[in-house]
Amino acid sequence: MSIWTKVLYAVVSVSVATVYGLTLGGIVRKLYARVHGRFGPPVWQPFLDIIQTYSRRVAVSHGNMFFLGPVLRLAGGLGTYLFIPVIFGSALFSNFSMAGDLLLVMYFVFFGQLGMALGAGQGGHPYSPLGIARGLAQMSAFEVPFSLAVIAVAIQYNSLNITSIVAAQQGGFMHWTLFTNPLAVIAAMISILGMNMHAPFSIVMAPQEIPIGPPIEMNGSFLSILQTNRGLFAAAKLVLFMNLFFGGATNIIEMIVKTFFIYMFSVFVGAAYPRFRPEQSFRFFLKWPAFIGVLSIIYITYLGGAS
Amino acid sequence: MEQLVKRINGMIHLKAYNRQRDDLFFITVEKSQLELVLSHLKNNEGFTHLAFLQAVDFLEDSKFQLTYMLYNYDIRVNLGVKVLIGRDKAEMTSIHKLWAHAWQYQRELHELFGINFPGSPRVEESFVLEGWEEMPPMRRDFDTKEYSERTFYQRPGRSTNDPKEYMKEKMYKNYAASPRIRRDDE
Amino acid sequence: MNRKHIDEIEKQMKLANEGLPEEERKFFADVIPTRVDPFNKYWEQFLNWARSRSLWMLAFGTGCGATELRPLMTSRFDMARFGIFPRPTPRQASVFVVGGYASIKTIKRIIRSYEQMQGPKYVIALGSCTINGGMYYDSYNTINRLDYYIPVDVYIAGCMPRPEALIAGFNRLKEKIVAGECEGMNEYTDKFDWFKKNQKEIIKDWNMPDYNW
Repeated sequence: MSIWTKVLYAVVSVSVATVYGLTLGGIVRKLYARVHGRFGPPVWQPFLDIIQTYSRRVAVSHGNMFFLGPVLRLAGGLGTYLFIPVIFGSALFSNFSMAGDLLLVMYFVFFGQLGMALGAGQGGHPYSPLGIARGLAQMSAFEVPFSLAVIAVAIQYNSLNITSIVAAQQGGFMHWTLFTNPLAVIAAMISILGMNMHAPFSIVMAPQEIPIGPPIEMNGSFLSILQTNRGLFAAAKLVLFMNLFFGGATNIIEMIVKTFFIYMFSVFVGAAYPRFRPEQSFRFFLKWPAFIGVLSIIYITYLGGAS
Repeated sequence: MEQLVKRINGMIHLKAYNRQRDDLFFITVEKSQLELVLSHLKNNEGFTHLAFLQAVDFLEDSKFQLTYMLYNYDIRVNLGVKVLIGRDKAEMTSIHKLWAHAWQYQRELHELFGINFPGSPRVEESFVLEGWEEMPPMRRDFDTKEYSERTFYQRPGRSTNDPKEYMKEKMYKNYAASPRIRRDDE
Repeated sequence: MNRKHIDEIEKQMKLANEGLPEEERKFFADVIPTRVDPFNKYWEQFLNWARSRSLWMLAFGTGCGATELRPLMTSRFDMARFGIFPRPTPRQASVFVVGGYASIKTIKRIIRSYEQMQGPKYVIALGSCTINGGMYYDSYNTINRLDYYIPVDVYIAGCMPRPEALIAGFNRLKEKIVAGECEGMNEYTDKFDWFKKNQKEIIKDWNMPDYNW
């Protein structure tokens, strides 16, 4: 396959993922509204918001890093997504998957927040460094159980290639990591609560304490880039989880159904719980989820046996 | 309460004493003896809480009446200590050493009534009016309506009733016969 | 025209920022805001359609009218179904709801917040106080007409207007946006000198930049 076909496929794949991620965001808003007993905005509201923010006639910038902040954030989202094979066996949705892409993806999950830290800091508003500090601290915290789970998976399948990890899980749902290594999945599913930043871990954008945190000075098209990235990044994370723990997907319907339920897990938890304080949130991740992650590695190395 | 009044009366000259309710009393004291009375009430009689400090402008008598509202948590009694000061170049001793939060009230009174409290911290700073250049607006000889018409643009077409006439007509039929509210010490 | 003249003209084109201390003036913009016209008529119609369905409200409780905004957000009246959301910062908001009376101290903050808002921005003034002073028409400290200080798109009369009236006002604003009548941002730049004159007339201690970007 020529590189240009691949780029074209990647563009299609990114567009589909962005639209899907934004629609998920709209569904979540609707769902939260129903929990509150409201009607809530229409499902396509995130798209209208993006057009609205993009159509501002003026935008205030605070310097070069301020420009780069949203761009780096989008690069983080794109990087995460572009190295994950979305649908197993599909040329259109295989993206730029290659050997060792799991490590690259793990890095890119971090990358966006770091870029945002540089950009938002130049905005000069005191709440943005506060939000960034919370965000990075929470990220370091939930990265511990998540990394342990990923290491367990890598040991189990003897591979750092997502495609071969998915390939090893084919052939019935009893081959999914969910059933072959449940401890790793538990640790990872707890860490996705922090990753999606719904309550009780919504401390980064906490609108009541530090009004929306890092992007507080972002306006107009800066904000619109961030919103686009929010959709894309959400989709990328969900696809990654689906690939690592829930057997991947062989067609787009399967992908949508699986990622939808993975997302709804964190949304339901978020609708039911109030917010943690920052230090509670950090401590939470470093206690039981981290312990479960360690157990999963022990389980797979000594009891499950690397086959 | 009567014993308390007797005790204070023994110490200083009490100008007036007024019992409004079972838990609300007012005494009027001399300006020079106010600090003495307040510190006595705070230290010996248990009136540890200064609820508020406010002023009333008696324009006709050319006097300001300051009311220091105290509260006793043990016997649950409010006690207002009133003091009359002259209206021209009004000045009063600051009580921020007795109650630290009194500085805020004194700053407000300084701004809205023009009463000076020498020594009170930050008393010159503006409180609600930033950049005020006229006479203190809560003084009764300040014509707020005239000022508003002069400063803020009126939108034509607004109809209004004179509050005094309107209330006289609607609510207080025998307004003229109603007595003027008297000060305690009159 | 020699260099001196050019300097003189450039000086007139810039804001003096006289309210600020000398050493702080360089931290703030001194450019007079200019008119930004729509890019293309039909494209603008599409954008206006999207803007009217996604109104981000600056939740800045300026007066007692802010009390009426809370029931509007919660489940009984639920403004989210109209695409109206509260936004915590003026940078991202597009609708400024002035909640009732504005004292001189508040109008200072109102002006700062309004000028920090980006792009097409709309102002809803709620309550009689913003229209003609309302019950505070003779107060020494509250303004009578808001439209002398910032351009206003929709007034909602009442003391206080109920949340239903607010929803009606928001719907009126939507109609105006779709019709392309809400050009308050350009009105402000066109009549900049007049607005600034009115503002400085009542704000005696002008200790902020002349235009807050």
